[in-house]
Amino acid sequence: MRQLSRYVGVLLVALYCLAPLAWQLLTSLRPAGELTTLPPLLPTRFTLEHYASALTGHPFARMLLNSFIAAGAATAIALAFGSAAAFALTKMRARGVGLLLGIVLATSMFPPIATVSPLYLVINALGLRDSLAALILTYASFALPLAIWVLANFLRQLPDELYAAARVDGCTPLQAFWRVILPLALPGLTATGLLVFIVAWNEFLYALTFTATERARTVPVAIALFPGLHEIPWGEIAAASLVVTLPVLVLVLQFQRRIVAGLTAGAVKG
Amino acid sequence: MKRVHRFGERPAVFLAPALAVLALVTLFPILYVLWLSLQRYSLIGGAPEYAALDNYIRLLGDARFWNALGTTLYFTAVSVALEVALGLGIALLLAQAFAGRGAMRAIVLLPWAIPTVVAARMWEWMYNGDFGVINYLLGTEINWLGNPYWAIHAAIAMDVWKATPFAALLLLAGRLSISQDLYQAARLDGAGPWRLFRHITWPLLRPLLFIVLIFRTIDAFRVFDAIYVLTGGGPANTTETLSIYAYKVLFQALEFGYGSALAIVVFVCIAAVTAVYVRLLQRTLS
Repeated sequence: MRQLSRYVGVLLVALYCLAPLAWQLLTSLRPAGELTTLPPLLPTRFTLEHYASALTGHPFARMLLNSFIAAGAATAIALAFGSAAAFALTKMRARGVGLLLGIVLATSMFPPIATVSPLYLVINALGLRDSLAALILTYASFALPLAIWVLANFLRQLPDELYAAARVDGCTPLQAFWRVILPLALPGLTATGLLVFIVAWNEFLYALTFTATERARTVPVAIALFPGLHEIPWGEIAAASLVVTLPVLVLVLQFQRRIVAGLTAGAVKG
Repeated sequence: MKRVHRFGERPAVFLAPALAVLALVTLFPILYVLWLSLQRYSLIGGAPEYAALDNYIRLLGDARFWNALGTTLYFTAVSVALEVALGLGIALLLAQAFAGRGAMRAIVLLPWAIPTVVAARMWEWMYNGDFGVINYLLGTEINWLGNPYWAIHAAIAMDVWKATPFAALLLLAGRLSISQDLYQAARLDGAGPWRLFRHITWPLLRPLLFIVLIFRTIDAFRVFDAIYVLTGGGPANTTETLSIYAYKVLFQALEFGYGSALAIVVFVCIAAVTAVYVRLLQRTLS
Protein backbone atom coordinates (compact mmCIF):
# COMPACT_ATOMS: atom_id res chain seq x y z
CA MET A 1 0.00 0.00 0.00
CA ARG A 2 2.77 2.44 0.95
CA GLN A 3 4.69 1.21 -2.06
CA LEU A 4 1.69 1.96 -4.26
CA SER A 5 1.15 5.51 -2.96
CA ARG A 6 4.85 6.15 -3.40
CA TYR A 7 4.66 5.21 -7.08
CA VAL A 8 1.52 7.28 -7.57
CA GLY A 9 3.38 10.24 -6.09
CA VAL A 10 6.38 9.72 -8.35
CA LEU A 11 4.07 9.40 -11.34
CA LEU A 12 2.36 12.70 -10.48
CA VAL A 13 5.72 14.48 -10.23
CA ALA A 14 6.78 13.07 -13.61
CA LEU A 15 3.47 14.16 -15.13
CA TYR A 16 3.85 17.68 -13.70
CA CYS A 17 7.35 18.04 -15.15
CA LEU A 18 6.61 16.52 -18.55
CA ALA A 19 3.04 17.61 -19.35
CA PRO A 20 3.89 21.12 -20.68
CA LEU A 21 6.66 19.66 -22.85
CA ALA A 22 4.35 16.92 -24.11
CA TRP A 23 1.70 19.49 -24.97
CA GLN A 24 4.25 21.53 -26.88
CA LEU A 25 5.26 18.41 -28.80
CA LEU A 26 1.63 17.69 -29.68
CA THR A 27 1.16 21.30 -30.76
CA SER A 28 4.18 21.14 -33.03
CA LEU A 29 2.81 18.04 -34.76
CA ARG A 30 -0.80 19.24 -35.06
CA PRO A 31 -2.07 20.34 -38.48
CA ALA A 32 -2.49 24.13 -38.67
CA GLY A 33 -6.25 23.87 -39.04
CA GLU A 34 -6.59 21.96 -35.78
CA LEU A 35 -4.62 24.41 -33.63
CA THR A 36 -7.74 26.42 -32.93
CA THR A 37 -10.00 23.48 -32.12
CA LEU A 38 -10.17 21.81 -28.74
CA PRO A 39 -11.34 19.04 -28.34
CA PRO A 40 -9.92 16.71 -29.57
CA LEU A 41 -6.83 16.74 -27.33
CA LEU A 42 -4.95 14.51 -29.75
CA PRO A 43 -4.56 15.67 -33.34
CA THR A 44 -6.37 13.57 -35.95
CA ARG A 45 -3.13 13.24 -37.88
CA PHE A 46 0.50 14.19 -37.33
CA THR A 47 2.33 16.62 -39.58
CA LEU A 48 5.85 18.03 -39.85
CA GLU A 49 4.71 21.17 -41.68
CA HIS A 50 5.51 23.45 -38.71
CA TYR A 51 9.05 22.11 -38.49
CA ALA A 52 9.53 22.62 -42.21
CA SER A 53 8.32 26.22 -42.16
CA ALA A 54 10.15 27.11 -38.94
CA LEU A 55 13.41 25.77 -40.31
CA THR A 56 13.10 27.17 -43.82
CA GLY A 57 10.99 30.31 -43.42
CA HIS A 58 13.50 31.98 -41.10
CA PRO A 59 17.29 32.03 -40.89
CA PHE A 60 16.85 29.49 -38.13
CA ALA A 61 19.89 27.37 -38.93
CA ARG A 62 22.06 30.47 -38.76
CA MET A 63 20.70 31.35 -35.33
CA LEU A 64 21.21 27.80 -34.09
CA LEU A 65 24.81 28.09 -35.21
CA ASN A 66 25.10 31.47 -33.42
CA SER A 67 23.80 29.88 -30.23
CA PHE A 68 26.28 27.03 -30.51
CA ILE A 69 29.23 29.35 -31.12
CA ALA A 70 28.33 31.80 -28.35
CA ALA A 71 27.60 29.14 -25.71
CA GLY A 72 30.50 26.93 -26.81
CA ALA A 73 33.10 29.70 -26.79
CA ALA A 74 31.83 31.09 -23.48
CA THR A 75 32.10 27.60 -21.98
CA ALA A 76 35.62 27.07 -23.34
CA ILE A 77 36.85 30.40 -21.94
CA ALA A 78 35.15 29.84 -18.60
CA LEU A 79 36.72 26.38 -18.28
CA ALA A 80 40.21 27.50 -19.31
CA PHE A 81 40.42 30.61 -17.12
CA GLY A 82 38.18 29.22 -14.41
CA SER A 83 40.14 26.01 -13.86
CA ALA A 84 43.42 27.93 -13.54
CA ALA A 85 41.85 30.30 -11.03
CA ALA A 86 40.16 27.52 -9.07
CA PHE A 87 43.48 25.66 -8.99
CA ALA A 88 45.32 28.66 -7.57
CA LEU A 89 42.58 29.24 -5.02
CA THR A 90 42.39 25.69 -3.72
CA LYS A 91 45.86 24.19 -4.19
CA MET A 92 48.39 27.01 -4.16
CA ARG A 93 47.36 28.57 -0.87
CA ALA A 94 47.02 32.01 -2.38
CA ARG A 95 46.45 34.72 0.16
CA GLY A 96 42.91 35.98 0.74
CA VAL A 97 41.24 32.90 -0.74
CA GLY A 98 38.06 33.39 1.29
CA LEU A 99 37.74 36.97 0.16
CA LEU A 100 38.40 36.14 -3.51
CA LEU A 101 35.87 33.31 -3.49
CA GLY A 102 33.38 35.63 -1.82
CA ILE A 103 33.90 38.18 -4.60
CA VAL A 104 33.54 35.50 -7.27
CA LEU A 105 30.32 34.27 -5.70
CA ALA A 106 29.01 37.81 -5.38
CA THR A 107 29.69 38.57 -9.05
CA SER A 108 27.82 35.44 -10.07
CA MET A 109 24.77 36.92 -8.36
CA PHE A 110 24.95 40.25 -10.21
CA PRO A 111 21.58 40.90 -11.84
CA PRO A 112 22.19 41.18 -15.60
CA ILE A 113 19.85 44.18 -15.76
CA ALA A 114 22.41 46.10 -13.66
CA THR A 115 25.25 45.60 -16.11
CA VAL A 116 23.36 45.63 -19.39
CA SER A 117 23.36 49.43 -19.92
CA PRO A 118 27.10 50.03 -19.41
CA LEU A 119 27.98 46.92 -21.41
CA TYR A 120 25.73 48.18 -24.19
CA LEU A 121 27.66 51.48 -24.32
CA VAL A 122 31.02 49.68 -24.23
CA ILE A 123 30.00 47.26 -26.99
CA ASN A 124 28.79 50.11 -29.17
CA ALA A 125 31.99 52.05 -28.55
CA LEU A 126 34.06 49.02 -29.57
CA GLY A 127 31.97 48.55 -32.69
CA LEU A 128 30.93 45.08 -31.53
CA ARG A 129 27.17 45.54 -31.67
CA ASP A 130 25.38 42.66 -33.38
CA SER A 131 28.45 40.43 -33.25
CA LEU A 132 29.07 37.07 -31.61
CA ALA A 133 32.18 38.52 -29.97
CA ALA A 134 29.93 40.81 -27.92
CA LEU A 135 27.98 37.82 -26.64
CA ILE A 136 31.04 35.68 -25.91
CA LEU A 137 32.65 38.52 -23.98
CA THR A 138 29.58 39.40 -21.93
CA TYR A 139 28.67 35.77 -21.26
CA ALA A 140 31.96 35.53 -19.36
CA SER A 141 30.35 37.74 -16.71
CA PHE A 142 28.19 34.87 -15.49
CA ALA A 143 29.99 31.86 -17.01
CA LEU A 144 33.34 32.57 -15.36
CA PRO A 145 32.17 33.06 -11.73
CA LEU A 146 29.99 29.97 -12.06
CA ALA A 147 32.91 27.93 -13.40
CA ILE A 148 35.37 29.13 -10.74
CA TRP A 149 32.94 28.51 -7.92
CA VAL A 150 31.88 25.02 -9.00
CA LEU A 151 35.42 23.95 -9.97
CA ALA A 152 36.88 25.22 -6.69
CA ASN A 153 34.44 22.99 -4.86
CA PHE A 154 35.45 20.02 -7.01
CA LEU A 155 39.19 20.64 -6.69
CA ARG A 156 38.91 21.02 -2.95
CA GLN A 157 37.99 17.34 -2.80
CA LEU A 158 41.32 16.29 -4.33
CA PRO A 159 43.95 15.69 -1.62
CA ASP A 160 46.47 18.53 -1.24
CA GLU A 161 49.30 15.99 -1.06
CA LEU A 162 48.91 15.33 -4.79
CA TYR A 163 50.06 18.81 -5.67
CA ALA A 164 52.79 18.90 -3.03
CA ALA A 165 54.13 15.53 -4.24
CA ALA A 166 54.15 16.66 -7.86
CA ARG A 167 56.08 19.76 -6.87
CA VAL A 168 58.60 17.82 -4.82
CA ASP A 169 59.07 15.51 -7.80
CA GLY A 170 60.19 18.52 -9.80
CA CYS A 171 57.04 19.63 -11.62
CA THR A 172 56.59 23.34 -12.13
CA PRO A 173 53.21 24.65 -10.88
CA LEU A 174 51.99 24.67 -14.48
CA GLN A 175 53.06 21.07 -15.06
CA ALA A 176 51.46 19.98 -11.79
CA PHE A 177 48.26 21.71 -12.84
CA TRP A 178 48.25 20.34 -16.38
CA ARG A 179 49.55 16.80 -15.84
CA VAL A 180 48.34 15.93 -12.33
CA ILE A 181 45.40 18.02 -11.20
CA LEU A 182 43.43 18.56 -14.42
CA PRO A 183 43.26 14.88 -15.45
CA LEU A 184 41.99 13.99 -11.99
CA ALA A 185 39.48 16.83 -12.12
CA LEU A 186 37.97 15.66 -15.41
CA PRO A 187 34.59 14.68 -13.91
CA GLY A 188 34.38 18.11 -12.28
CA LEU A 189 35.36 19.80 -15.54
CA THR A 190 32.65 17.93 -17.42
CA ALA A 191 30.01 18.80 -14.85
CA THR A 192 31.05 22.46 -14.85
CA GLY A 193 31.20 22.62 -18.64
CA LEU A 194 27.69 21.17 -18.96
CA LEU A 195 26.31 23.60 -16.41
CA VAL A 196 27.93 26.63 -18.02
CA PHE A 197 26.91 25.56 -21.52
CA ILE A 198 23.25 25.13 -20.54
CA VAL A 199 23.15 28.50 -18.77
CA ALA A 200 24.83 30.25 -21.73
CA TRP A 201 22.63 28.43 -24.27
CA ASN A 202 19.54 29.71 -22.43
CA GLU A 203 20.75 33.30 -21.92
CA PHE A 204 18.30 35.92 -23.09
CA LEU A 205 18.76 39.52 -21.86
CA TYR A 206 22.23 40.16 -23.28
CA ALA A 207 21.43 38.42 -26.54
CA LEU A 208 18.23 40.46 -26.85
CA THR A 209 20.04 43.73 -26.23
CA PHE A 210 23.36 43.29 -28.03
CA THR A 211 22.14 41.70 -31.25
CA ALA A 212 19.95 43.22 -33.93
CA THR A 213 19.86 40.83 -36.87
CA GLU A 214 20.34 37.15 -37.62
CA ARG A 215 24.05 37.87 -37.91
CA ALA A 216 24.46 37.29 -34.19
CA ARG A 217 20.95 36.62 -32.89
CA THR A 218 20.59 33.46 -30.81
CA VAL A 219 17.64 31.08 -30.83
CA PRO A 220 16.03 32.14 -27.53
CA VAL A 221 15.79 35.69 -28.88
CA ALA A 222 14.38 34.43 -32.15
CA ILE A 223 11.72 32.48 -30.28
CA ALA A 224 10.83 35.43 -28.05
CA LEU A 225 10.52 37.78 -31.04
CA PHE A 226 8.91 35.25 -33.37
CA PRO A 227 7.36 37.29 -36.12
CA GLY A 228 3.61 37.11 -36.36
CA LEU A 229 2.17 39.70 -38.68
CA HIS A 230 -1.50 38.95 -38.15
CA GLU A 231 -1.68 36.01 -35.80
CA ILE A 232 0.90 34.25 -33.69
CA PRO A 233 2.19 31.12 -35.48
CA TRP A 234 1.83 28.76 -32.52
CA GLY A 235 2.68 25.64 -34.47
CA GLU A 236 5.93 27.09 -35.76
CA ILE A 237 6.85 28.46 -32.33
CA ALA A 238 6.24 25.03 -30.84
CA ALA A 239 8.43 23.40 -33.48
CA ALA A 240 11.20 25.97 -33.10
CA SER A 241 11.18 25.77 -29.32
CA LEU A 242 11.48 21.99 -29.43
CA VAL A 243 14.43 22.27 -31.81
CA VAL A 244 16.25 24.64 -29.45
CA THR A 245 15.40 22.41 -26.48
CA LEU A 246 16.79 19.33 -28.20
CA PRO A 247 20.51 19.89 -27.43
CA VAL A 248 19.70 20.58 -23.79
CA LEU A 249 17.46 17.50 -23.72
CA VAL A 250 20.26 15.31 -25.04
CA LEU A 251 22.71 16.69 -22.47
CA VAL A 252 20.26 16.17 -19.63
CA LEU A 253 19.39 12.59 -20.56
CA GLN A 254 23.03 11.72 -21.16
CA PHE A 255 24.62 13.47 -18.20
CA GLN A 256 21.91 13.98 -15.55
CA ARG A 257 24.18 12.62 -12.82
CA ARG A 258 27.05 14.97 -13.75
CA ILE A 259 24.81 18.02 -14.05
CA VAL A 260 23.23 17.41 -10.66
CA ALA A 261 26.72 16.90 -9.22
CA GLY A 262 27.74 20.28 -10.64
CA LEU A 263 24.62 21.97 -9.30
CA THR A 264 25.16 20.59 -5.83
CA ALA A 265 28.88 21.41 -5.85
CA GLY A 266 27.92 24.97 -6.70
CA ALA A 267 25.50 25.35 -3.85
CA VAL A 268 26.33 22.92 -1.11
CA LYS A 269 29.94 22.23 -0.51
CA GLY A 270 30.91 25.87 -0.12
CA MET B 1 54.48 23.11 2.35
CA LYS B 2 57.29 25.47 3.30
CA ARG B 3 59.76 23.72 1.04
CA VAL B 4 57.39 23.93 -1.87
CA HIS B 5 56.95 27.64 -1.33
CA ARG B 6 60.62 28.18 -1.95
CA PHE B 7 60.19 26.85 -5.48
CA GLY B 8 58.43 30.10 -6.26
CA GLU B 9 54.68 29.70 -6.04
CA ARG B 10 52.95 32.34 -8.09
CA PRO B 11 49.20 31.87 -7.68
CA ALA B 12 48.71 35.33 -9.16
CA VAL B 13 49.78 34.02 -12.56
CA PHE B 14 46.95 31.47 -12.50
CA LEU B 15 44.44 33.94 -11.14
CA ALA B 16 45.28 36.85 -13.42
CA PRO B 17 43.38 35.87 -16.61
CA ALA B 18 40.15 35.11 -14.75
CA LEU B 19 40.35 38.18 -12.55
CA ALA B 20 41.16 40.43 -15.50
CA VAL B 21 38.10 39.21 -17.42
CA LEU B 22 35.91 39.47 -14.33
CA ALA B 23 37.08 43.01 -13.69
CA LEU B 24 36.30 43.93 -17.28
CA VAL B 25 32.82 42.41 -17.53
CA THR B 26 31.48 42.74 -13.98
CA LEU B 27 33.38 45.19 -11.80
CA PHE B 28 33.86 47.89 -14.43
CA PRO B 29 30.21 47.81 -15.62
CA ILE B 30 28.96 48.09 -12.04
CA LEU B 31 31.08 51.20 -11.43
CA TYR B 32 30.01 52.54 -14.81
CA VAL B 33 26.31 52.01 -14.11
CA LEU B 34 26.72 53.72 -10.75
CA TRP B 35 28.24 56.70 -12.55
CA LEU B 36 25.47 56.63 -15.18
CA SER B 37 22.84 56.69 -12.45
CA LEU B 38 24.21 60.06 -11.34
CA GLN B 39 23.89 61.60 -14.82
CA ARG B 40 21.11 63.17 -16.78
CA TYR B 41 21.63 61.10 -19.91
CA SER B 42 19.35 60.11 -22.73
CA LEU B 43 20.67 58.26 -25.76
CA ILE B 44 18.65 60.54 -28.02
CA GLY B 45 19.75 63.66 -26.16
CA GLY B 46 23.23 65.06 -25.81
CA ALA B 47 26.21 64.07 -23.72
CA PRO B 48 25.74 62.95 -20.09
CA GLU B 49 25.39 65.78 -17.63
CA TYR B 50 26.04 65.45 -13.90
CA ALA B 51 22.76 65.41 -12.01
CA ALA B 52 23.80 64.38 -8.48
CA LEU B 53 21.00 62.36 -6.91
CA ASP B 54 18.23 63.68 -9.16
CA ASN B 55 17.49 60.25 -10.64
CA TYR B 56 17.11 58.72 -7.19
CA ILE B 57 14.89 61.55 -6.02
CA ARG B 58 12.75 61.01 -9.09
CA LEU B 59 12.45 57.33 -8.11
CA LEU B 60 10.85 58.25 -4.81
CA GLY B 61 8.01 60.04 -6.54
CA ASP B 62 7.58 57.51 -9.34
CA ALA B 63 4.39 55.49 -8.73
CA ARG B 64 5.37 53.05 -11.47
CA PHE B 65 8.62 52.29 -9.64
CA TRP B 66 6.78 51.52 -6.39
CA ASN B 67 4.34 49.37 -8.31
CA ALA B 68 7.21 47.45 -9.90
CA LEU B 69 8.92 47.02 -6.53
CA GLY B 70 5.69 45.69 -4.99
CA THR B 71 5.14 43.33 -7.93
CA THR B 72 8.71 42.05 -7.68
CA LEU B 73 8.42 41.42 -3.95
CA TYR B 74 5.07 39.65 -4.36
CA PHE B 75 6.34 37.55 -7.25
CA THR B 76 9.49 36.64 -5.30
CA ALA B 77 7.77 35.82 -2.01
CA VAL B 78 5.01 33.66 -3.47
CA SER B 79 7.06 31.81 -6.06
CA VAL B 80 10.02 31.11 -3.77
CA ALA B 81 7.78 29.88 -0.95
CA LEU B 82 5.99 27.51 -3.33
CA GLU B 83 9.22 26.35 -4.98
CA VAL B 84 10.96 25.50 -1.72
CA ALA B 85 7.92 23.78 -0.20
CA LEU B 86 7.15 21.81 -3.34
CA GLY B 87 10.84 21.09 -3.90
CA LEU B 88 11.18 19.69 -0.38
CA GLY B 89 8.14 17.48 -0.89
CA ILE B 90 9.48 16.13 -4.20
CA ALA B 91 12.96 15.61 -2.71
CA LEU B 92 11.61 13.57 0.18
CA LEU B 93 9.44 11.54 -2.18
CA LEU B 94 12.31 10.77 -4.55
CA ALA B 95 14.59 9.90 -1.63
CA GLN B 96 12.43 6.85 -0.93
CA ALA B 97 13.79 3.66 -2.41
CA PHE B 98 12.18 2.94 -5.76
CA ALA B 99 13.21 1.61 -9.13
CA GLY B 100 14.15 4.25 -11.70
CA ARG B 101 15.38 7.10 -9.54
CA GLY B 102 17.99 7.98 -12.16
CA ALA B 103 15.31 8.35 -14.82
CA MET B 104 13.20 10.45 -12.46
CA ARG B 105 16.16 12.70 -11.78
CA ALA B 106 16.53 13.34 -15.51
CA ILE B 107 12.79 14.04 -15.84
CA VAL B 108 12.82 16.49 -12.94
CA LEU B 109 15.91 18.17 -14.39
CA LEU B 110 14.16 18.94 -17.69
CA PRO B 111 12.09 22.00 -16.67
CA TRP B 112 15.23 23.53 -15.14
CA ALA B 113 17.34 22.86 -18.22
CA ILE B 114 15.10 24.15 -21.01
CA PRO B 115 15.51 27.82 -21.94
CA THR B 116 13.25 30.12 -19.92
CA VAL B 117 12.10 31.76 -23.12
CA VAL B 118 10.93 28.38 -24.43
CA ALA B 119 9.19 27.56 -21.15
CA ALA B 120 7.43 30.91 -21.24
CA ARG B 121 6.27 30.35 -24.83
CA MET B 122 4.95 26.91 -23.87
CA TRP B 123 2.97 28.30 -20.98
CA GLU B 124 1.76 31.27 -23.02
CA TRP B 125 0.18 28.83 -25.44
CA MET B 126 -1.33 26.74 -22.65
CA TYR B 127 -2.72 29.92 -21.04
CA ASN B 128 -4.25 31.09 -24.32
CA GLY B 129 -7.77 32.30 -23.55
CA ASP B 130 -9.39 30.93 -26.70
CA PHE B 131 -7.53 27.74 -27.56
CA GLY B 132 -5.45 27.07 -24.44
CA VAL B 133 -5.39 23.60 -22.96
CA ILE B 134 -5.64 24.93 -19.39
CA ASN B 135 -9.04 26.49 -19.98
CA TYR B 136 -10.11 23.33 -21.78
CA LEU B 137 -9.07 21.06 -18.90
CA LEU B 138 -10.53 23.31 -16.22
CA GLY B 139 -13.69 24.05 -18.20
CA THR B 140 -13.10 27.77 -17.70
CA GLU B 141 -12.94 30.72 -20.06
CA ILE B 142 -10.35 32.86 -18.34
CA ASN B 143 -8.04 35.15 -20.25
CA TRP B 144 -5.15 34.20 -17.97
CA LEU B 145 -2.52 36.59 -19.30
CA GLY B 146 -4.90 39.43 -20.10
CA ASN B 147 -6.58 39.59 -16.73
CA PRO B 148 -4.92 41.90 -14.15
CA TYR B 149 -5.59 39.50 -11.29
CA TRP B 150 -4.62 36.26 -13.03
CA ALA B 151 -1.62 37.41 -15.08
CA ILE B 152 0.83 37.72 -12.18
CA HIS B 153 -0.31 34.37 -10.78
CA ALA B 154 0.04 32.77 -14.19
CA ALA B 155 3.63 34.05 -14.27
CA ILE B 156 4.23 32.67 -10.77
CA ALA B 157 2.82 29.26 -11.74
CA MET B 158 5.18 29.14 -14.72
CA ASP B 159 8.16 30.13 -12.60
CA VAL B 160 7.28 27.50 -10.01
CA TRP B 161 7.17 24.85 -12.73
CA LYS B 162 10.52 25.97 -14.10
CA ALA B 163 12.41 26.44 -10.82
CA THR B 164 11.05 23.81 -8.44
CA PRO B 165 13.35 21.14 -9.96
CA PHE B 166 16.41 23.15 -8.88
CA ALA B 167 15.18 23.15 -5.28
CA ALA B 168 14.09 19.53 -5.45
CA LEU B 169 17.37 18.20 -6.86
CA LEU B 170 19.57 20.10 -4.41
CA LEU B 171 17.45 19.00 -1.48
CA LEU B 172 17.39 15.44 -2.79
CA ALA B 173 21.21 15.40 -2.87
CA GLY B 174 21.25 16.77 0.67
CA ARG B 175 18.70 14.23 1.90
CA LEU B 176 20.62 11.32 0.35
CA SER B 177 23.84 12.47 2.02
CA ILE B 178 22.26 11.94 5.46
CA SER B 179 23.52 8.65 6.83
CA GLN B 180 21.00 5.82 6.63
CA ASP B 181 22.27 4.57 10.01
CA LEU B 182 20.67 7.54 11.75
CA TYR B 183 17.26 6.54 10.44
CA GLN B 184 17.74 2.88 11.25
CA ALA B 185 18.81 3.61 14.82
CA ALA B 186 15.84 5.92 15.33
CA ARG B 187 13.48 3.34 13.82
CA LEU B 188 14.80 0.70 16.23
CA ASP B 189 13.93 3.08 19.03
CA GLY B 190 10.38 3.10 17.71
CA ALA B 191 10.29 6.48 15.94
CA GLY B 192 7.57 6.94 13.30
CA PRO B 193 7.94 8.77 9.96
CA TRP B 194 6.96 12.15 11.41
CA ARG B 195 9.50 11.94 14.21
CA LEU B 196 12.19 10.80 11.76
CA PHE B 197 11.50 13.91 9.70
CA ARG B 198 11.19 16.23 12.68
CA HIS B 199 14.34 15.09 14.51
CA ILE B 200 16.69 13.91 11.74
CA THR B 201 15.78 15.15 8.25
CA TRP B 202 14.65 18.66 9.17
CA PRO B 203 17.59 19.73 11.38
CA LEU B 204 20.18 18.24 9.03
CA LEU B 205 18.58 19.65 5.91
CA ARG B 206 17.92 23.12 7.29
CA PRO B 207 21.25 24.75 6.32
CA LEU B 208 20.82 23.52 2.74
CA LEU B 209 17.19 24.63 2.73
CA PHE B 210 18.38 28.10 3.63
CA ILE B 211 20.91 28.11 0.78
CA VAL B 212 18.24 27.01 -1.70
CA LEU B 213 15.98 29.74 -0.37
CA ILE B 214 18.63 32.39 -0.97
CA PHE B 215 19.56 31.14 -4.46
CA ARG B 216 15.91 31.10 -5.48
CA THR B 217 15.25 34.51 -3.92
CA ILE B 218 18.06 36.09 -5.89
CA ASP B 219 16.89 34.50 -9.12
CA ALA B 220 13.23 35.38 -8.62
CA PHE B 221 14.00 38.97 -7.66
CA ARG B 222 15.83 39.62 -10.93
CA VAL B 223 13.21 37.83 -13.05
CA PHE B 224 13.17 39.11 -16.62
CA ASP B 225 12.97 36.48 -19.38
CA ALA B 226 9.77 34.78 -18.25
CA ILE B 227 7.74 37.94 -17.82
CA TYR B 228 9.15 39.63 -20.92
CA VAL B 229 7.83 36.76 -23.03
CA LEU B 230 4.64 35.93 -21.14
CA THR B 231 3.12 39.40 -20.66
CA GLY B 232 5.78 42.02 -21.35
CA GLY B 233 4.73 43.57 -18.03
CA GLY B 234 1.03 43.91 -18.84
CA PRO B 235 -1.89 44.02 -18.46
CA ALA B 236 -1.87 47.57 -17.05
CA ASN B 237 1.64 47.01 -15.62
CA THR B 238 0.34 44.40 -13.16
CA THR B 239 3.21 42.04 -13.98
CA GLU B 240 5.87 44.70 -14.44
CA THR B 241 8.81 43.74 -12.23
CA LEU B 242 11.80 45.97 -11.53
CA SER B 243 13.97 44.34 -14.21
CA ILE B 244 11.23 44.74 -16.82
CA TYR B 245 10.61 48.38 -15.88
CA ALA B 246 14.33 49.16 -15.90
CA TYR B 247 14.68 47.50 -19.31
CA LYS B 248 11.84 49.59 -20.75
CA VAL B 249 13.30 52.81 -19.39
CA LEU B 250 16.74 51.89 -20.72
CA PHE B 251 16.02 50.45 -24.14
CA GLN B 252 12.60 51.77 -25.10
CA ALA B 253 12.68 55.26 -23.58
CA LEU B 254 16.49 55.29 -23.98
CA GLU B 255 16.84 57.12 -20.65
CA PHE B 256 20.17 55.73 -19.59
CA GLY B 257 20.53 57.90 -16.50
CA TYR B 258 17.20 57.10 -14.89
CA GLY B 259 17.23 53.49 -16.07
CA SER B 260 20.64 52.99 -14.50
CA ALA B 261 19.30 54.27 -11.17
CA LEU B 262 16.57 51.63 -11.41
CA ALA B 263 19.18 49.00 -12.22
CA ILE B 264 21.19 50.07 -9.16
CA VAL B 265 18.12 49.48 -6.96
CA VAL B 266 17.87 45.89 -8.24
CA PHE B 267 21.57 45.47 -7.67
CA VAL B 268 21.49 46.79 -4.10
CA CYS B 269 18.54 44.60 -3.13
CA ILE B 270 20.26 41.50 -4.48
CA ALA B 271 23.58 42.50 -2.93
CA ALA B 272 21.86 42.63 0.47
CA VAL B 273 20.53 39.08 0.08
CA THR B 274 23.90 37.88 -1.21
CA ALA B 275 25.69 39.44 1.77
CA VAL B 276 23.52 37.44 4.14
CA TYR B 277 24.41 34.31 2.20
CA VAL B 278 28.17 34.95 2.17
CA ARG B 279 28.14 35.72 5.90
CA LEU B 280 26.30 32.48 6.52
CA LEU B 281 28.75 30.48 4.41
CA GLN B 282 31.72 31.99 6.23
CA ARG B 283 30.17 31.01 9.55
CA THR B 284 29.69 27.39 8.45
CA LEU B 285 33.22 27.31 6.99
CA SER B 286 35.00 28.58 10.10
